[in-house]
Amino acid sequence: MNLDELRRRVQEFLGAHDPAGDPVAFLRARYDAGLAWVHFPEGRGGLDLPRAWQAEVDAIFTAAGAPDNKPHTNGIGLGMAAPTILAFGTPDQQDRFLRPLWTGEEIWCQLFSEPGAGSDLAAVATRAVRDGDGWVVNGQKVWTSGAHNAAFAILVARTDPGVPKHRGLTYFVCPMTDPGVEVRPLRQITGEAEFNEVFLTDVRIPDSFRLGAEGDGWRVATATLNNERVAIGGGAVAREAGMVGIVADAWRAHPERRTPELHDRMLRLWVDSEVARLTGRRLGQRLAAGAQPGPEGSAMKLTFARLAQQLSGLELEILGEEGLRYTSEPGWTMRRPDRVDFTGRDAVYRYLRAKGNSIEGGTSEILRNVVAERVLGLPSEPRVDKDLPWKDMPR
Amino acid sequence: MNQPTTDLDLLYTDLEDDLRSSVRTLLAARLEPAAVAAAYDGDRSASTPLWRALADEIGVTGLLVPEEHGGAGASAREAAVVLEELGRSVAPVPFLTSAVVATTVLLAEPGELLAELAAGGRTAALAMPFSVGPDADLPGLAVDGAGISGRITSVAGALEADVLLVPVVADGGLAIHAVAASDVRIEPVVSLDMSRQLADLTLAGVRGEVVVGAGAGEEAVRRGLLAGAALMASEQLGVAQWCLTTTVAYLKERRQFGRVVGGFQALKHRLADLYVEVESATAAARYAAAALAAGDPDLPVAARLAQAYCGEVAVRAAEEAIQLHGGIGMTWEHPAHLYLKRAKADQIALGTSGAHRAALATLVDLPG
Repeated sequence: MNLDELRRRVQEFLGAHDPAGDPVAFLRARYDAGLAWVHFPEGRGGLDLPRAWQAEVDAIFTAAGAPDNKPHTNGIGLGMAAPTILAFGTPDQQDRFLRPLWTGEEIWCQLFSEPGAGSDLAAVATRAVRDGDGWVVNGQKVWTSGAHNAAFAILVARTDPGVPKHRGLTYFVCPMTDPGVEVRPLRQITGEAEFNEVFLTDVRIPDSFRLGAEGDGWRVATATLNNERVAIGGGAVAREAGMVGIVADAWRAHPERRTPELHDRMLRLWVDSEVARLTGRRLGQRLAAGAQPGPEGSAMKLTFARLAQQLSGLELEILGEEGLRYTSEPGWTMRRPDRVDFTGRDAVYRYLRAKGNSIEGGTSEILRNVVAERVLGLPSEPRVDKDLPWKDMPR
Repeated sequence: MNQPTTDLDLLYTDLEDDLRSSVRTLLAARLEPAAVAAAYDGDRSASTPLWRALADEIGVTGLLVPEEHGGAGASAREAAVVLEELGRSVAPVPFLTSAVVATTVLLAEPGELLAELAAGGRTAALAMPFSVGPDADLPGLAVDGAGISGRITSVAGALEADVLLVPVVADGGLAIHAVAASDVRIEPVVSLDMSRQLADLTLAGVRGEVVVGAGAGEEAVRRGLLAGAALMASEQLGVAQWCLTTTVAYLKERRQFGRVVGGFQALKHRLADLYVEVESATAAARYAAAALAAGDPDLPVAARLAQAYCGEVAVRAAEEAIQLHGGIGMTWEHPAHLYLKRAKADQIALGTSGAHRAALATLVDLPG
């Protein structure tokens, strides 16, 4: 199928399905027609077409006023769970999970990090113990965005403490409706609780919800994380999209605040942001030409985090007195947003939220190790616990 | 703020890769790093044979010239690839000054001289200080009954040129005169970058031939300087790539404290940051080359963006190469200093990084 035929297919679909009708029915039909994510296989919401063509499809649906699947409310599901389920799930698992994930009927979250396993994710202590044809899970997870809305989670748990840490992990789909799942908001420096702590007490997971082989969880999780870095770092396509556009507009709106020093920083960050946009575009062109996603996503994310922090700091200085005021409602009052928002609310929020950009999805320090080791081929960090059974690790 | 309208190809085509391979092979065979260093001790003998080989065997001189004017009918994308390779070996040849800047000036009113440059039979230089960029005031010489007279300092490519393109004040504009180099007093300058040695020019009543008329001369010079700025980014990229690659290779061998020093996180992180910048510079330089090749309306932004970014990355890469090599990086024997000198000179040439940022301020509506 070529691009013109794909466009025709979308138009035919729109002729047969009323965009103003029931949104869920419309989205289910769109999935079944292979127009959800065209790079997915036929029968799984796609048509085995190039990933780059999806933008064309989305644009036609948007222009027709069709309902979308609210992708910003299910970033973990769409960006991380779905590609992992596609790569490692059985046909039955793909049938069960992918359609309601894509339509937004089931929101997903991620149960990876723990208080004792941050950058060292392979050290997770949450235990999954075999019990008949299922598993019983106990432990504590943290930094879980959307846990309070989620139907399912992707979960990494320890199934064999007697082997070194990377080898004793297994990857599961965890039902968040299980009575043993307790979600507590985790308030952060912005005042709100975008994330949660999740306590798992005797949570029962059927073995049919295991993704990949027992003990193969690290390999599955690594695939998920590569997708995460692409998702976090690879966003902007238009010039001045994202943080740089907000700060440039603040510059334009406040001629009275302009000084040579602020001007120099504004211009340098505009240049860096535009070059970052082109770098992302170039990476996109390479992927479209058939290259495999690799550690380049880590490089993009390093730049993204640095620019978000420098730009949001500059914005407060451009605003001056206004930058001293947390003007957006509800101020510091605790709330639970339904999405991850890097650029929303106001300048104070943006400045504070951007601090997370160099921590979440791999700290900038870890990502520099990734680039140095996997791209440049420099020696790995010493790994003193590599051959030690997890249960014997010092803690 | 203007939004780019075209999705330009930022990758390398197979043809461009083939051209790169030819240039790299030729440079590897014909240019020793020691020959570049020799220029600092007064021996410039490597330059002419290398330039002849690039012109005659690969035809680099005609890349920017359409076939109907005697050129190869290639584009700025190919010229950029040549510049990446020339930067990677700090080659002492006048490609940028003759085949890019002077050639682009002459493209305003194509004639015999343009065809001769394209064929490689003659080499030209724009008689303008190398520090002058596309947004600067453009100096011009005076002409009277006796001819053109005056002095122009710090001109790049003049030592290799047999013809100089001299801007002359005329009729409220600048006319471009082609002047035989043999009619001009050309004094070599002890330059920061001797792999592109500058010269001071003195003209005393010299006759020239008008090659771009006064109505079009200033615009032609600005276009030449803009093309030079857009494509020098690829030379800066080549410099930065050499510095990164060479430093990474060295740190995988060099041992201290019983370990390969490239395993120390303080050094790994610096190299990771440098890699990110060099990858970013690749995108910026490719974008400028593609915009110039396509005549894209975003070229004014693309060229200055590339200079503002790549100029600083090349300098940082060279400075990091010297620091991370340790003592050996400070020696005359190690080639790192050749790259630092080229990188720092390039950062000032054709407008400083800051001058290009200042031009962007106007172009993208971020006034000071």
